[in-house]
Amino acid sequence: MMENIINELTTNGQSVSIDQIPKLSFEELHDEIEKCVAEPDGHCISYYAIQNEKGLTFIACLANDESHSIRVISCEMKAGEKKKTLAISKNHFPFHVYEREISENFGVDFFWHPWPKPLRFPYNAVHGREINEYPFYRISSEELHEVGVGPIHAGVIEPGHFRFICNGEMVLHLEIQLGWQHRGVETLMLQKATLLQKNIIAESIAGDTAIGHGLAFTQLIEGLGDIRIPKRVEIERSIALELERIAIHTGDLSALCTDVAYQLGSSVFGALRTPVINFTQSWCGNRFGKGLIRPGGSNYIFRENLRDNLNKMLDDFEVRFKAIADRTFNLDSVLGRFEKIGHITEKQVRMFGGVGMVARMAGVRRDVRWSHPSSGYQYLDFDPVVLESGDVMARALLRKLEVEQSIAYIRDLLTIWEETKDQNIDSPPINIKLKPNAFNLSMTEGWRGEICHSAITDEKGEIVHYKVKDPSIHNWMGLALALRNLEISDFPINNKSFDLSYCGHDL
Amino acid sequence: MLSEIKILGQHGKQYIPDIRKAEVPSPFRGLPEITKGSDFPIPEDLCPTGAINTSLRTIDIGMCSFCGECEHRFPETIRFTNNHRTATNDRNALIITEDQRGSIELNPSLVRKEIIGVFGRSLKLRQVSAGGDNSAELELGACGNVNFDMGRFGIEFVASPRHADGVVVTGPISKNMSTALEICYTAVADPKLLILAGTDAISGGIFAGSPALDRSFLESHKVDLYVPGNPPHPLTFINGILDLIQSKKHQK
Repeated sequence: MMENIINELTTNGQSVSIDQIPKLSFEELHDEIEKCVAEPDGHCISYYAIQNEKGLTFIACLANDESHSIRVISCEMKAGEKKKTLAISKNHFPFHVYEREISENFGVDFFWHPWPKPLRFPYNAVHGREINEYPFYRISSEELHEVGVGPIHAGVIEPGHFRFICNGEMVLHLEIQLGWQHRGVETLMLQKATLLQKNIIAESIAGDTAIGHGLAFTQLIEGLGDIRIPKRVEIERSIALELERIAIHTGDLSALCTDVAYQLGSSVFGALRTPVINFTQSWCGNRFGKGLIRPGGSNYIFRENLRDNLNKMLDDFEVRFKAIADRTFNLDSVLGRFEKIGHITEKQVRMFGGVGMVARMAGVRRDVRWSHPSSGYQYLDFDPVVLESGDVMARALLRKLEVEQSIAYIRDLLTIWEETKDQNIDSPPINIKLKPNAFNLSMTEGWRGEICHSAITDEKGEIVHYKVKDPSIHNWMGLALALRNLEISDFPINNKSFDLSYCGHDL
Repeated sequence: MLSEIKILGQHGKQYIPDIRKAEVPSPFRGLPEITKGSDFPIPEDLCPTGAINTSLRTIDIGMCSFCGECEHRFPETIRFTNNHRTATNDRNALIITEDQRGSIELNPSLVRKEIIGVFGRSLKLRQVSAGGDNSAELELGACGNVNFDMGRFGIEFVASPRHADGVVVTGPISKNMSTALEICYTAVADPKLLILAGTDAISGGIFAGSPALDRSFLESHKVDLYVPGNPPHPLTFINGILDLIQSKKHQK
């Protein structure tokens, strides 16, 4: 058995039969995971448990970025067995979130888990604790004090609770407690019957990433339904995803300028976001791209007039963006607040399994567009932007460079689009017949990072399990580490520089 | 200094001069229109949020996720116009019938007396996201940016409920946020406004019926303004609030 699992490879968005997923013992599962993560480019993209009549099935999706491969393996915990097993997170910390989720939902005891705490207080938690009963880390000392912030924050943002342990103004430790936004997304994915309902839930997992999550859902369904879509649609979807990235990155640069009291940057970057989201609205009627991405076709076909408007918008945007970005990143008063603040190292990123922007700003080359390309990225020679310094400056500069890169790639995509623009695009079907007893996994690189959706169908082709992973679930730990030994007044700019998702984490 | 002048030159005038008359270009999905007297071929289960009532031939934009599916399938029956003036204080006014044409209006008789005159020149709001997906939150944030500049009317979001005249709720109200929302609302001094922004807040939207929600907050507090949309457009929000706090002028 061990020999043939080595060849069990799957690719982003291509479904496999459930029978093809190797069933291992816990020891074998641990060994396989250890082998994968021992490689510098290996990481676990999703790990979760499914309850069925037989007991619990654990599924691990492992990826190697350099070899562009994905492997899926599984393991059973029979109903009668004791729900107890050695924690993978004991040796490999990125699993701490996965195991906390499994423990919270199914009561599995992971012994030697380094941080065994509730993750999001879902409605179906087995621990029965309320959200205000989170066991915070405490240090008893007369020298130290605690500061609690949230769940409701000063700005117009989502809720989360931050607990600082401070020595004077210095933060010794920050613990982030989430779960406030829990809406039961994964349950609703099964409860809501129609394809469109599921699609709209996917777009609402994180409304600022409607394209990223919508595309992950769409690729997943198309893989399960064995649907080939025209190259033209693939190109158009990637254009939409890059526009989402440009818009949010630009808005974040505005917010970062606000936090360091650079009024001009705040206003100009803020105003620059508007033409980008207004373009998306002129395409699909919604500034966030809700409704644009649908499995099996498109309701909003990209036409020549949109192409012309997009080119015009980008030309104008580019000039204005360059002027304000050049000024911002040469201004001593801004750099003094960005540089060497909230620093995390490559080693730390690898330790907590950072993905997306958080990985790339500290020297870790991790980007789905490069490692597991789908849609339009298959036709590009994609090269991610990677910075080294890991501070607020790196996170700000990465946004600037990625905006410039996205503009360049949109232009490349538009060139490819010209060759495909005569292809016919269908309206999205109301129903898509999915393959029975199949598993699929789909990844996209949203502006925050690696999004992964996976699903399993039963013998009738109905979805019986749906799993969502937003990149923020890994990256919140990065913010907690970045705050160590900083002044507490540096928290807002650090929080903004990460700009992680609360609802994507809480589901 | 020179580069800053150049940037300011490029930046130009960004603000929308007349918020009250501003329009959002098509294909923005604003107020829907139902064709009068035609067949109503839309099947019951087409609408993902159950906003369409096929026997009464209505669409409830407090429940609508604005996906536009009904329009794509049955363009002869339902059409989304680009009219963004959909905010109202009357929940029933969000149920669009065949006869509805033109903007949704505020019902002046439902405006509480203490609101009229008190908040007309200055209104400070505390926003609470209770399971919101961050799109409505971003649009509320955009209300104060250089384009929409809600601050010109004296309307602002503030950090503390103690500084606020009202609460704006986004999201379907998750069970985990229900207590915090109640505490925040209680902390605002009377008289105070309660505004629901977005389909999720008004009806639960696509999340309606989820076991992870607790919407009992809305049973015990009167809602002063409903702002539909997924997410609500800044112009819908700002105009809705102006209609509400200037409703005395509105009545003439």
